[in-house]
Amino acid sequence: MSLDRNRKIHIVDTTLRDGSHAVSHSFDVEQVTAIAAGLDEVGVDLIEISHGDGIAGSSLNYGFSKVSELELLKAANKVVKRGKLTVLLLPGVGTIEDLAQAKEAGAKAVRVATHVTEADIGIQHLKAAGDMGLMPIGFLMMVHMATPEKILEQANIFVDAGAKYVNLADSAGYMTPKQVKEVVSLLVEKLPVLVGFHAHNNLGLAVANALTAVECGADYIDVTCRGLGAGAGNAQAEVVAGVLQREGFHTGLDFYKYMDLAENVVEPIMQRPQVIRSAPLMLGYAGVYSSFLLHTYRAAEKFNLNPRDILVELGRRGMVGGQEDMIIDVAHALANGKKD
Amino acid sequence: MDKIKVGIIGPGNIGTDLMYKVMRSQNLEMKTMTGIIESEGIRRAAGMGVRTSIEGVKAVAEDPEIKIVFDATGASAHLKHAPILKSAGKIVFDMTPAAVGPFVVPCVNLDHLTELNTDNFNMVTCGGQATIPIAYAINRIADSEYTEIVACISSKSAGPGTRANIDEFTQTTAKALQVVGGADRSKAIIVLNPAEPPLMMSNTIYSIVKNPDEKAIVESVNQIVGEVRAYVPGYSLRVPPIVDGNKVTVIVQVEGAGDFLPKYAGNLDIINAAAIAAAEKIAARMRNQEGK
Repeated sequence: MSLDRNRKIHIVDTTLRDGSHAVSHSFDVEQVTAIAAGLDEVGVDLIEISHGDGIAGSSLNYGFSKVSELELLKAANKVVKRGKLTVLLLPGVGTIEDLAQAKEAGAKAVRVATHVTEADIGIQHLKAAGDMGLMPIGFLMMVHMATPEKILEQANIFVDAGAKYVNLADSAGYMTPKQVKEVVSLLVEKLPVLVGFHAHNNLGLAVANALTAVECGADYIDVTCRGLGAGAGNAQAEVVAGVLQREGFHTGLDFYKYMDLAENVVEPIMQRPQVIRSAPLMLGYAGVYSSFLLHTYRAAEKFNLNPRDILVELGRRGMVGGQEDMIIDVAHALANGKKD
Repeated sequence: MDKIKVGIIGPGNIGTDLMYKVMRSQNLEMKTMTGIIESEGIRRAAGMGVRTSIEGVKAVAEDPEIKIVFDATGASAHLKHAPILKSAGKIVFDMTPAAVGPFVVPCVNLDHLTELNTDNFNMVTCGGQATIPIAYAINRIADSEYTEIVACISSKSAGPGTRANIDEFTQTTAKALQVVGGADRSKAIIVLNPAEPPLMMSNTIYSIVKNPDEKAIVESVNQIVGEVRAYVPGYSLRVPPIVDGNKVTVIVQVEGAGDFLPKYAGNLDIINAAAIAAAEKIAARMRNQEGK
């Protein structure tokens, strides 16, 4: 939409949603209150709070939330003054009923997320969001699995359903800046609404990809404090803030406060350092959904396998976001010496 | 007595596949395929020697020879059709999510519903037909506090109706997991996978149970898989019951019969096969009663 270097870049902090994967959905009211208040003070535009797999994601398949996201939303709603409280919804997991409850609890915007080729299953949710007075946003996952032209076609389905902007997620952390440039440039040129980008750091390229997306005209960028998130994590918020500031982009963020929030509030609650170990590297290399990581570690232990082998087989089978159950299927097959 | 004559409303993919299944049935005879416009499905049925109509529900409701009707239209259409078919005295299999009548999963509750003289059977959802037998088999042995299913279907087999109202799938399936499957609480998830060649439908059933007796659970699940296979030969266990503390995990695959729809569309096949199995049983009973 825009290549004006003076335009405002909107920051979407998803520490309390994508970051939820990295703490196995254990955020509590105290943590969420502190982080949400901090993000609001930093000047973040959208503050996303949900189970990692979106509202109503709390399940055996994806892991149960320690505290219901409705309670967490209510807590955040008490302290957030400027930012828009946002939820994620995966059609097939969460429903319009769940969305209405999230709105009741304080949500102001919803990102409706589907696999990159399945945008039409989100039409009803985007329309319902608009009718409820929520800001509707389209979110395409695993964009590395489709051509830029296919992505444009699917993004337009969201636009027709009322999406205010369309976010492209490199959910497997597979993309390189060259691929990001190709797809973001095409959408910025052709899509009638603004474009956003969501990076994963499985190949160590999250910040570079976020910067590339901005340089190619993306107006919304997803980040998390300390990079907390599925797989090797997301684009690290405080780093993105510093990089964009030095490059002269206007974000409205308080860079120092973002650093302090990440260091003093988020880092102490992290369960492991957000580094690129072998398994997340394989996610990025093989193009596998980042949220599979911790579930794969558990299955590998239970079936006495190398997590890497499970991930490669999941990639070979073309599994998409939400198919955490297939980790058990693959582990069972590998442990019994059979391939699908 | 002759075979029981059948009408099908809705000549789309589901209706056409049902027609193929009726045509090779021992107890059912295909009489009328009806729609509301001239369509490929109507022409296909006519080409196979079936009587066709574009007068919708009227064509089957007003035909006294037709005893059993499959409604393969949509939920809102079925809400209109149901009272008309009821007053015409038809036994109806509702393939839509309208849920006018009770949910039926043939291997679980068909006999019970027939005893109650049910005349409108709702077929739940494809994921429901694939997972509720397992949920039921676990619950009857182990007492399920919570049952959750994940159905994965190939993108190619998800029609426009499913896509436009995916909440209906999760909500209806979750409800039937309790009502028919016996769980105290439930959740249903559906994932569409676009892989090429298309994947077979797979379904994961998780259950948190009170009595995790592994041997008894395995026996119960194996028994019900055999019963489902009687009407869906391509139904199989991918992962037999894994009992981990109080959590049971089972994964089943559904390969379609390939009647009209491709084999990967096991989701569409199983809901049709279940409806036909139920109709067969009712038709056999009608023939017995009237034959006496």
